[in-house]
Amino acid sequence: MAEPSPMKRFYALFGLIAAAGVGFLIWQMNKASTPAVPVQVAVQPADTAGFEGYSLGSDSARVVITEYADYQCPACQQFATVEWPYVRERLVQTGRVRWVFRDFPLSQHQWSRLAAHSAACADEQGKFWEYADAIFAAQPEWSTSRDAGKIFRQQIEKVGLNAGTWDQCMTSLKFAGRIQGSADEGVRAGVGSTPSFVIGGRIYAGVLAYDKIKALVDSLSRAP
Amino acid sequence: MNLRMGAAVAALAGLFVSAYLWLYKMGAIGTLACGTGGCETVQLSPQSRFLGVEVAAIGAVGYALLLGLTLASLQPRWASSRRLLQVIAFLSGGAVLFTLYLKYLELFVIHAICRWCVGSAILIVVFFTLILLELRRVRRQST
Repeated sequence: MAEPSPMKRFYALFGLIAAAGVGFLIWQMNKASTPAVPVQVAVQPADTAGFEGYSLGSDSARVVITEYADYQCPACQQFATVEWPYVRERLVQTGRVRWVFRDFPLSQHQWSRLAAHSAACADEQGKFWEYADAIFAAQPEWSTSRDAGKIFRQQIEKVGLNAGTWDQCMTSLKFAGRIQGSADEGVRAGVGSTPSFVIGGRIYAGVLAYDKIKALVDSLSRAP
Repeated sequence: MNLRMGAAVAALAGLFVSAYLWLYKMGAIGTLACGTGGCETVQLSPQSRFLGVEVAAIGAVGYALLLGLTLASLQPRWASSRRLLQVIAFLSGGAVLFTLYLKYLELFVIHAICRWCVGSAILIVVFFTLILLELRRVRRQST
């Protein structure tokens, strides 16, 4: 039998390398890049020590509003993208309200906990609010995605986070307990749906328009 | 295997490295197999774009071009063409200079090293060296 020519041998080797390369790329594209954030994780005291939600605004504000939200809930997204910018600009940044955001991931939402964890990792770098805005804005994109983690990761570039630090944080899943602790706290407070707002000791369920929030803040500010 | 075949294999490997980084930038790949996190730092830095174009995309197109030209040079019709080799050497020389600029950015501006970028740098230097050696061989043959 005749020896294959050098060209044939080369093309065979070339074809093998090309197939291996294409296979590697396909494998990388289909590989799940997203860590699973455990549900109903046992909350350790250290998970929640000193943490009472993500706070924005003056400590001396007369009114404190606590929002319980789920990143994958469409109503929360509506509030975050439509009402929240006004609330932040006119009530929080003016010192009238201190806003507290607490995670309340709903079990029916596949990516809620991962979103909450990715935001907690952004908070480690001091960019919680920017990142939360970004993932709420991108919710329609990642909500139905097979791998929302990829889209969460794309947001870190927009927000200007250190990717290596964020990755390490995500892999560690160190905020899983704190997220569960936050949800437990919401249940204890009487929260049953998202978004829910605790204003002046009362729970308001559903999206609150800016005008409604302002009216409540005006009323509470006048209170002795 | 002759020098051109070696260069073609290096260009093919470079094409896959660039394509991998480009797919990552397009969001098709979640996390880079990097280990240090330096790859993400580099890929997500403002310097990952050159004149508004993704560097990884420039790399992929560049390697594809070099691969196509090198495969063409392997055909009997072009086997003795010095002109084609000169074109490949010119283009890959430019790619080496561009790579040096990118290494400078990694070391002194971004302060992070991307292993995949280092791999690509090694491949383009190997490619350029093989093409130069082949060019010298063809010159000697024709004199």
